[in-house]
Amino acid sequence: MTTTRSALSASIDPAAEAVLDELILSMADDEFVIGFSDSEWTGIAPILEEDIAMSSLAQDELGHARALYELLAELRGAGQTADAIAYDREPADYRHARLLDHGRGDWAMTIARRYLYDTADGSRLEGLAKSSFAPLRELVDKIRREERYHVMHATTWLERLARHPGEPRDRLIASLEELAPDAATVFTPLDGEALLVETGLIAESMAALEARWRATITPLFVGLDLPMPPPGDLDGGRTTHGEPFRWLWGEFTSVRRSDPGAIW
Amino acid sequence: MIAPVVDESAVRAALGEVFDPEIPTISILDLGIVHRAEVGSDGAIRIDLLPTFVGCPAIELIRSAVNDRLQSFGRPVEVSVSFEVPWTSDRISPEGRERLRRSGFAPPADIDAVHCPYCDSARVAMDSIFGPTLCRSLFYCRDCRQPFEAFKPI
Repeated sequence: MTTTRSALSASIDPAAEAVLDELILSMADDEFVIGFSDSEWTGIAPILEEDIAMSSLAQDELGHARALYELLAELRGAGQTADAIAYDREPADYRHARLLDHGRGDWAMTIARRYLYDTADGSRLEGLAKSSFAPLRELVDKIRREERYHVMHATTWLERLARHPGEPRDRLIASLEELAPDAATVFTPLDGEALLVETGLIAESMAALEARWRATITPLFVGLDLPMPPPGDLDGGRTTHGEPFRWLWGEFTSVRRSDPGAIW
Repeated sequence: MIAPVVDESAVRAALGEVFDPEIPTISILDLGIVHRAEVGSDGAIRIDLLPTFVGCPAIELIRSAVNDRLQSFGRPVEVSVSFEVPWTSDRISPEGRERLRRSGFAPPADIDAVHCPYCDSARVAMDSIFGPTLCRSLFYCRDCRQPFEAFKPI
Protein backbone atom coordinates (compact mmCIF):
# COMPACT_ATOMS: atom_id res chain seq x y z
CA MET A 1 0.00 0.00 0.00
CA THR A 2 1.13 3.52 -0.75
CA THR A 3 1.44 5.88 2.18
CA THR A 4 0.19 8.92 0.26
CA ARG A 5 -3.36 8.39 -0.86
CA SER A 6 -4.53 9.44 -4.32
CA ALA A 7 -7.13 12.21 -4.73
CA LEU A 8 -9.63 9.63 -5.89
CA SER A 9 -9.09 7.29 -2.96
CA ALA A 10 -9.77 10.08 -0.46
CA SER A 11 -13.51 9.43 -0.86
CA ILE A 12 -13.17 5.78 0.17
CA ASP A 13 -13.01 4.14 3.56
CA PRO A 14 -9.23 3.51 3.86
CA ALA A 15 -9.81 -0.01 5.16
CA ALA A 16 -11.92 -0.88 2.09
CA GLU A 17 -9.44 0.47 -0.42
CA ALA A 18 -7.31 -2.66 -0.78
CA VAL A 19 -10.31 -4.89 -1.44
CA LEU A 20 -11.83 -2.35 -3.86
CA ASP A 21 -8.47 -2.40 -5.66
CA GLU A 22 -8.70 -6.21 -5.85
CA LEU A 23 -12.29 -6.06 -7.16
CA ILE A 24 -11.48 -3.60 -9.95
CA LEU A 25 -8.32 -5.52 -10.86
CA SER A 26 -10.24 -8.80 -11.09
CA MET A 27 -12.91 -7.22 -13.31
CA ALA A 28 -10.32 -5.59 -15.56
CA ASP A 29 -8.32 -8.83 -15.86
CA ASP A 30 -11.49 -10.81 -16.71
CA GLU A 31 -12.41 -8.40 -19.51
CA PHE A 32 -8.83 -8.23 -20.76
CA VAL A 33 -8.34 -12.00 -20.92
CA ILE A 34 -11.70 -12.83 -22.52
CA GLY A 35 -11.30 -9.91 -24.92
CA PHE A 36 -7.88 -11.08 -25.97
CA SER A 37 -9.10 -14.67 -26.35
CA ASP A 38 -12.01 -13.48 -28.54
CA SER A 39 -9.64 -11.52 -30.74
CA GLU A 40 -8.00 -14.82 -31.71
CA TRP A 41 -11.08 -15.47 -33.89
CA THR A 42 -10.42 -12.41 -36.03
CA GLY A 43 -9.93 -13.72 -39.56
CA ILE A 44 -10.78 -17.35 -38.82
CA ALA A 45 -14.32 -17.40 -37.34
CA PRO A 46 -16.75 -19.91 -38.91
CA ILE A 47 -18.62 -17.28 -40.97
CA LEU A 48 -17.97 -13.65 -41.87
CA GLU A 49 -20.69 -12.27 -39.56
CA GLU A 50 -19.13 -14.11 -36.62
CA ASP A 51 -15.70 -12.86 -37.55
CA ILE A 52 -17.09 -9.33 -37.23
CA ALA A 53 -19.03 -10.23 -34.09
CA MET A 54 -16.04 -11.74 -32.27
CA SER A 55 -13.83 -8.82 -33.30
CA SER A 56 -16.46 -6.37 -32.01
CA LEU A 57 -16.88 -8.29 -28.76
CA ALA A 58 -13.10 -8.29 -28.32
CA GLN A 59 -12.94 -4.56 -28.96
CA ASP A 60 -15.72 -3.92 -26.43
CA GLU A 61 -14.08 -6.06 -23.75
CA LEU A 62 -10.61 -4.58 -24.28
CA GLY A 63 -12.24 -1.12 -24.09
CA HIS A 64 -13.86 -2.06 -20.79
CA ALA A 65 -10.57 -3.46 -19.53
CA ARG A 66 -8.72 -0.28 -20.47
CA ALA A 67 -11.28 1.94 -18.71
CA LEU A 68 -11.09 -0.25 -15.58
CA TYR A 69 -7.26 -0.26 -15.59
CA GLU A 70 -7.32 3.53 -16.00
CA LEU A 71 -9.67 3.85 -13.04
CA LEU A 72 -7.40 1.58 -11.01
CA ALA A 73 -4.31 3.59 -11.96
CA GLU A 74 -6.05 6.78 -10.83
CA LEU A 75 -7.14 5.12 -7.59
CA ARG A 76 -3.59 3.95 -6.87
CA GLY A 77 -2.10 7.31 -7.87
CA ALA A 78 1.67 7.82 -7.67
CA GLY A 79 2.61 7.42 -11.32
CA GLN A 80 0.63 4.24 -12.00
CA THR A 81 -0.51 3.75 -15.59
CA ALA A 82 -3.14 1.51 -17.17
CA ASP A 83 -0.58 -0.03 -19.54
CA ALA A 84 1.81 -0.87 -16.74
CA ILE A 85 -0.94 -2.63 -14.80
CA ALA A 86 -2.18 -4.46 -17.90
CA TYR A 87 1.18 -5.64 -19.23
CA ASP A 88 3.95 -5.49 -16.65
CA ARG A 89 2.93 -8.36 -14.38
CA GLU A 90 4.07 -11.96 -14.24
CA PRO A 91 1.39 -14.52 -15.22
CA ALA A 92 0.93 -15.54 -11.56
CA ASP A 93 -0.11 -11.98 -10.65
CA TYR A 94 -3.17 -11.83 -12.93
CA ARG A 95 -6.51 -12.10 -11.16
CA HIS A 96 -8.93 -13.23 -13.86
CA ALA A 97 -11.32 -16.10 -13.18
CA ARG A 98 -10.11 -19.64 -13.93
CA LEU A 99 -13.18 -19.99 -16.19
CA LEU A 100 -11.20 -17.99 -18.75
CA ASP A 101 -8.14 -20.28 -18.59
CA HIS A 102 -9.19 -23.08 -20.94
CA GLY A 103 -7.60 -21.97 -24.18
CA ARG A 104 -9.55 -20.80 -27.20
CA GLY A 105 -10.88 -24.24 -28.12
CA ASP A 106 -13.47 -24.75 -30.86
CA TRP A 107 -16.56 -22.66 -31.62
CA ALA A 108 -18.74 -24.55 -29.13
CA MET A 109 -16.16 -23.93 -26.38
CA THR A 110 -16.08 -20.24 -27.29
CA ILE A 111 -19.87 -19.98 -27.07
CA ALA A 112 -20.06 -21.97 -23.82
CA ARG A 113 -17.38 -19.79 -22.22
CA ARG A 114 -18.94 -16.55 -23.50
CA TYR A 115 -22.40 -17.51 -22.27
CA LEU A 116 -21.19 -18.50 -18.79
CA TYR A 117 -18.97 -15.46 -18.49
CA ASP A 118 -21.41 -12.90 -19.93
CA THR A 119 -24.21 -13.98 -17.62
CA ALA A 120 -21.93 -14.13 -14.56
CA ASP A 121 -20.46 -10.73 -15.42
CA GLY A 122 -24.02 -9.41 -15.80
CA SER A 123 -24.82 -10.49 -12.26
CA ARG A 124 -21.64 -8.87 -10.92
CA LEU A 125 -22.36 -5.62 -12.82
CA GLU A 126 -25.89 -5.58 -11.40
CA GLY A 127 -24.33 -5.75 -7.93
CA LEU A 128 -22.33 -2.60 -8.76
CA ALA A 129 -25.16 -0.60 -10.33
CA LYS A 130 -25.69 1.39 -7.13
CA SER A 131 -22.08 1.36 -5.87
CA SER A 132 -21.17 4.14 -3.46
CA PHE A 133 -17.96 4.67 -5.51
CA ALA A 134 -19.25 7.04 -8.20
CA PRO A 135 -16.55 6.55 -10.89
CA LEU A 136 -17.11 2.78 -10.85
CA ARG A 137 -20.92 3.14 -10.78
CA GLU A 138 -20.84 5.49 -13.79
CA LEU A 139 -18.55 3.22 -15.79
CA VAL A 140 -20.67 0.17 -14.94
CA ASP A 141 -23.80 1.98 -16.11
CA LYS A 142 -22.17 2.50 -19.49
CA ILE A 143 -20.69 -1.00 -19.71
CA ARG A 144 -24.03 -2.71 -18.93
CA ARG A 145 -25.65 -1.11 -21.97
CA GLU A 146 -23.02 -2.73 -24.18
CA GLU A 147 -22.98 -6.11 -22.42
CA ARG A 148 -26.69 -6.48 -23.22
CA TYR A 149 -25.68 -7.13 -26.84
CA HIS A 150 -23.06 -9.66 -25.75
CA VAL A 151 -25.64 -11.68 -23.82
CA MET A 152 -28.01 -11.58 -26.82
CA HIS A 153 -25.27 -12.91 -29.07
CA ALA A 154 -24.15 -15.68 -26.69
CA THR A 155 -27.73 -16.76 -25.95
CA THR A 156 -28.65 -16.98 -29.65
CA TRP A 157 -25.69 -19.25 -30.32
CA LEU A 158 -26.14 -21.36 -27.19
CA GLU A 159 -29.72 -22.09 -28.27
CA ARG A 160 -28.70 -22.77 -31.86
CA LEU A 161 -26.04 -25.33 -30.86
CA ALA A 162 -28.13 -26.93 -28.09
CA ARG A 163 -31.15 -27.47 -30.37
CA HIS A 164 -29.17 -29.10 -33.15
CA PRO A 165 -28.80 -32.82 -32.37
CA GLY A 166 -25.53 -34.53 -33.17
CA GLU A 167 -22.19 -32.79 -33.43
CA PRO A 168 -23.24 -29.22 -32.49
CA ARG A 169 -25.05 -30.31 -29.33
CA ASP A 170 -22.43 -32.92 -28.43
CA ARG A 171 -19.61 -30.41 -28.73
CA LEU A 172 -21.53 -27.83 -26.70
CA ILE A 173 -22.17 -30.29 -23.88
CA ALA A 174 -18.54 -31.45 -23.90
CA SER A 175 -17.45 -27.79 -23.57
CA LEU A 176 -19.94 -27.04 -20.79
CA GLU A 177 -18.70 -30.13 -18.94
CA GLU A 178 -15.06 -29.08 -19.31
CA LEU A 179 -15.87 -25.58 -18.00
CA ALA A 180 -18.29 -26.73 -15.28
CA PRO A 181 -15.81 -26.98 -12.37
CA ASP A 182 -14.62 -23.41 -13.06
CA ALA A 183 -17.93 -21.86 -14.16
CA ALA A 184 -18.55 -20.04 -10.87
CA THR A 185 -14.99 -18.74 -10.39
CA VAL A 186 -16.11 -15.24 -11.48
CA PHE A 187 -17.64 -15.19 -7.97
CA THR A 188 -14.47 -16.21 -6.11
CA PRO A 189 -14.76 -14.40 -2.77
CA LEU A 190 -12.42 -11.44 -2.30
CA ASP A 191 -10.38 -11.14 0.89
CA GLY A 192 -12.31 -8.77 3.12
CA GLU A 193 -15.28 -8.41 0.79
CA ALA A 194 -17.66 -7.92 3.77
CA LEU A 195 -16.15 -4.46 4.02
CA LEU A 196 -17.14 -3.73 0.42
CA VAL A 197 -20.74 -4.62 1.23
CA GLU A 198 -20.77 -2.65 4.50
CA THR A 199 -19.51 0.50 2.79
CA GLY A 200 -21.97 0.14 -0.11
CA LEU A 201 -19.23 -0.31 -2.70
CA ILE A 202 -20.99 -3.49 -3.85
CA ALA A 203 -24.59 -4.48 -3.08
CA GLU A 204 -24.06 -8.11 -2.08
CA SER A 205 -21.41 -10.73 -1.36
CA MET A 206 -19.98 -12.76 -4.23
CA ALA A 207 -21.88 -15.81 -2.90
CA ALA A 208 -25.19 -13.89 -3.13
CA LEU A 209 -24.34 -12.69 -6.64
CA GLU A 210 -23.54 -16.28 -7.62
CA ALA A 211 -26.97 -17.39 -6.37
CA ARG A 212 -28.58 -14.68 -8.53
CA TRP A 213 -26.56 -15.81 -11.52
CA ARG A 214 -27.66 -19.44 -11.07
CA ALA A 215 -31.29 -18.34 -10.82
CA THR A 216 -30.87 -16.35 -14.06
CA ILE A 217 -29.43 -19.15 -16.17
CA THR A 218 -31.41 -22.10 -14.75
CA PRO A 219 -34.59 -21.65 -16.87
CA LEU A 220 -32.64 -21.66 -20.15
CA PHE A 221 -30.45 -24.63 -19.10
CA VAL A 222 -33.51 -26.60 -18.01
CA GLY A 223 -35.40 -25.64 -21.19
CA LEU A 224 -32.51 -26.80 -23.39
CA ASP A 225 -31.76 -29.82 -21.17
CA LEU A 226 -28.16 -28.71 -20.63
CA PRO A 227 -26.05 -29.68 -17.59
CA MET A 228 -26.07 -26.89 -14.97
CA PRO A 229 -22.60 -26.21 -13.59
CA PRO A 230 -22.39 -27.80 -10.12
CA PRO A 231 -21.20 -25.72 -7.16
CA GLY A 232 -17.52 -25.32 -7.93
CA ASP A 233 -14.39 -25.29 -5.81
CA LEU A 234 -13.60 -21.57 -5.72
CA ASP A 235 -10.35 -22.01 -3.79
CA GLY A 236 -7.68 -20.23 -5.84
CA GLY A 237 -10.35 -19.37 -8.41
CA ARG A 238 -8.44 -16.27 -9.46
CA THR A 239 -4.87 -17.20 -8.56
CA THR A 240 -4.06 -20.57 -10.11
CA HIS A 241 -3.46 -20.09 -13.81
CA GLY A 242 -2.37 -22.96 -16.03
CA GLU A 243 -0.43 -23.42 -19.24
CA PRO A 244 -3.08 -21.98 -21.64
CA PHE A 245 -2.85 -18.66 -19.81
CA ARG A 246 0.95 -18.63 -19.83
CA TRP A 247 0.78 -19.00 -23.60
CA LEU A 248 -1.81 -16.21 -23.91
CA TRP A 249 0.27 -13.98 -21.63
CA GLY A 250 3.28 -14.54 -23.89
CA GLU A 251 1.17 -13.40 -26.84
CA PHE A 252 -0.38 -10.29 -25.35
CA THR A 253 2.80 -9.02 -23.71
CA SER A 254 5.10 -9.75 -26.67
CA VAL A 255 4.97 -6.25 -28.18
CA ARG A 256 5.36 -4.61 -24.79
CA ARG A 257 8.33 -6.81 -23.89
CA SER A 258 10.00 -6.25 -27.28
CA ASP A 259 10.66 -2.61 -26.38
CA PRO A 260 10.06 -1.96 -22.67
CA GLY A 261 8.98 1.57 -21.88
CA ALA A 262 8.14 2.50 -25.50
CA ILE A 263 5.41 5.11 -25.82
CA TRP A 264 2.79 4.96 -28.58
CA MET B 1 -9.01 45.54 -32.51
CA ILE B 2 -11.83 44.08 -30.44
CA ALA B 3 -11.10 40.66 -28.98
CA PRO B 4 -13.70 38.09 -30.05
CA VAL B 5 -16.20 37.04 -27.39
CA VAL B 6 -15.31 33.68 -25.89
CA ASP B 7 -18.38 32.26 -24.22
CA GLU B 8 -20.13 28.91 -24.17
CA SER B 9 -22.22 29.62 -27.27
CA ALA B 10 -19.13 30.62 -29.27
CA VAL B 11 -17.40 27.43 -28.13
CA ARG B 12 -20.44 25.31 -29.01
CA ALA B 13 -20.65 26.94 -32.44
CA ALA B 14 -17.01 25.93 -33.00
CA LEU B 15 -17.73 22.37 -31.83
CA GLY B 16 -20.47 22.23 -34.48
CA GLU B 17 -17.62 22.31 -36.99
CA VAL B 18 -15.90 19.21 -35.59
CA PHE B 19 -17.10 16.08 -37.34
CA ASP B 20 -17.19 12.42 -36.42
CA PRO B 21 -14.11 10.86 -38.09
CA GLU B 22 -16.11 7.72 -38.98
CA ILE B 23 -19.15 9.59 -40.37
CA PRO B 24 -17.86 12.96 -41.55
CA THR B 25 -21.33 14.37 -42.28
CA ILE B 26 -22.38 14.53 -38.62
CA SER B 27 -20.91 16.92 -36.07
CA ILE B 28 -20.00 15.85 -32.57
CA LEU B 29 -22.72 18.21 -31.28
CA ASP B 30 -25.41 16.47 -33.35
CA LEU B 31 -24.02 13.13 -32.22
CA GLY B 32 -24.59 14.23 -28.63
CA ILE B 33 -21.12 13.40 -27.35
CA VAL B 34 -20.41 16.88 -25.95
CA HIS B 35 -21.34 16.57 -22.29
CA ARG B 36 -19.97 19.88 -21.08
CA ALA B 37 -18.53 22.99 -22.75
CA GLU B 38 -17.49 25.67 -20.30
CA VAL B 39 -15.42 28.81 -20.22
CA GLY B 40 -14.07 29.05 -16.68
CA SER B 41 -13.59 32.24 -14.69
CA ASP B 42 -9.87 31.74 -15.34
CA GLY B 43 -10.62 32.00 -19.08
CA ALA B 44 -9.80 28.37 -19.82
CA ILE B 45 -12.09 26.33 -22.09
CA ARG B 46 -13.06 22.97 -20.64
CA ILE B 47 -14.79 20.27 -22.66
CA ASP B 48 -16.08 16.89 -21.47
CA LEU B 49 -16.78 14.29 -24.16
CA LEU B 50 -18.85 11.11 -23.79
CA PRO B 51 -17.65 8.11 -25.82
CA THR B 52 -20.45 6.37 -27.76
CA PHE B 53 -18.91 3.05 -26.68
CA VAL B 54 -16.33 2.55 -23.92
CA GLY B 55 -13.93 0.99 -26.44
CA CYS B 56 -14.57 3.57 -29.18
CA PRO B 57 -11.21 3.94 -30.96
CA ALA B 58 -12.26 7.30 -32.48
CA ILE B 59 -12.46 9.15 -29.17
CA GLU B 60 -8.75 10.07 -29.06
CA LEU B 61 -8.99 11.38 -32.62
CA ILE B 62 -12.06 13.43 -31.70
CA ARG B 63 -10.34 14.73 -28.60
CA SER B 64 -7.41 16.02 -30.59
CA ALA B 65 -9.70 17.46 -33.31
CA VAL B 66 -11.63 19.38 -30.62
CA ASN B 67 -8.39 20.62 -29.14
CA ASP B 68 -7.14 21.78 -32.55
CA ARG B 69 -10.40 23.54 -33.42
CA LEU B 70 -10.53 25.47 -30.12
CA GLN B 71 -6.92 26.69 -30.30
CA SER B 72 -8.11 29.65 -32.42
CA PHE B 73 -9.71 31.19 -29.30
CA GLY B 74 -6.23 31.70 -27.91
CA ARG B 75 -7.18 30.30 -24.52
CA PRO B 76 -5.97 27.27 -22.58
CA VAL B 77 -8.03 24.26 -23.70
CA GLU B 78 -8.67 21.12 -21.68
CA VAL B 79 -10.54 18.22 -23.31
CA SER B 80 -11.50 15.26 -21.10
CA VAL B 81 -13.38 12.01 -21.65
CA SER B 82 -16.10 11.37 -19.08
CA PHE B 83 -18.51 8.62 -18.06
CA GLU B 84 -20.38 10.91 -15.67
CA VAL B 85 -23.53 10.28 -17.69
CA PRO B 86 -23.74 7.45 -20.21
CA TRP B 87 -23.90 8.38 -23.89
CA THR B 88 -27.13 6.93 -25.24
CA SER B 89 -28.43 6.92 -28.79
CA ASP B 90 -31.26 9.25 -27.64
CA ARG B 91 -28.65 11.99 -27.45
CA ILE B 92 -28.41 12.21 -31.26
CA SER B 93 -30.27 15.38 -32.33
CA PRO B 94 -33.16 15.36 -34.87
CA GLU B 95 -30.78 17.07 -37.31
CA GLY B 96 -28.19 14.39 -36.58
CA ARG B 97 -30.69 11.59 -37.24
CA GLU B 98 -31.61 13.18 -40.57
CA ARG B 99 -27.95 13.55 -41.53
CA LEU B 100 -27.30 9.89 -40.69
CA ARG B 101 -30.23 8.81 -42.86
CA ARG B 102 -29.02 10.93 -45.77
CA SER B 103 -25.59 9.29 -45.46
CA GLY B 104 -27.12 5.82 -45.75
CA PHE B 105 -27.29 4.89 -42.06
CA ALA B 106 -30.59 4.08 -40.37
CA PRO B 107 -30.80 6.17 -37.21
CA PRO B 108 -31.06 4.23 -33.92
CA ALA B 109 -34.44 2.57 -33.40
CA ASP B 110 -35.81 -0.64 -31.90
CA ILE B 111 -35.14 -3.56 -34.19
CA ASP B 112 -38.82 -3.70 -35.30
CA ALA B 113 -38.88 0.01 -36.09
CA VAL B 114 -35.82 0.21 -38.36
CA HIS B 115 -36.56 1.60 -41.83
CA CYS B 116 -34.36 1.40 -44.90
CA PRO B 117 -32.45 4.71 -45.20
CA TYR B 118 -32.70 4.53 -49.03
CA CYS B 119 -36.38 3.68 -49.73
CA ASP B 120 -37.91 4.01 -46.23
CA SER B 121 -39.31 0.47 -46.40
CA ALA B 122 -40.04 -1.31 -43.13
CA ARG B 123 -39.45 -4.69 -44.82
CA VAL B 124 -35.91 -5.03 -43.51
CA ALA B 125 -33.98 -7.85 -41.84
CA MET B 126 -31.09 -7.71 -39.42
CA ASP B 127 -28.14 -9.72 -40.74
CA SER B 128 -25.86 -9.18 -37.78
CA ILE B 129 -25.98 -7.30 -34.48
CA PHE B 130 -22.35 -6.39 -35.04
CA GLY B 131 -21.06 -4.27 -37.89
CA PRO B 132 -17.99 -2.40 -39.10
CA THR B 133 -17.90 -0.21 -35.98
CA LEU B 134 -19.11 -0.90 -32.44
CA CYS B 135 -22.08 1.45 -32.81
CA ARG B 136 -23.58 -0.09 -35.95
CA SER B 137 -25.49 -3.28 -36.97
CA LEU B 138 -25.92 -4.84 -40.44
CA PHE B 139 -29.33 -4.89 -42.15
CA TYR B 140 -30.78 -5.81 -45.54
CA CYS B 141 -33.74 -4.14 -47.26
CA ARG B 142 -36.09 -6.67 -48.86
CA ASP B 143 -37.71 -3.98 -51.04
CA CYS B 144 -34.84 -2.09 -52.64
CA ARG B 145 -32.44 -5.01 -51.98
CA GLN B 146 -29.72 -2.88 -50.50
CA PRO B 147 -27.60 -3.85 -47.54
CA PHE B 148 -27.31 -0.98 -45.07
CA GLU B 149 -26.09 -0.19 -41.58
CA ALA B 150 -28.22 0.92 -38.64
CA PHE B 151 -27.09 2.61 -35.47
CA LYS B 152 -27.55 0.40 -32.43
CA PRO B 153 -30.03 1.68 -29.89
CA ILE B 154 -28.03 1.85 -26.66
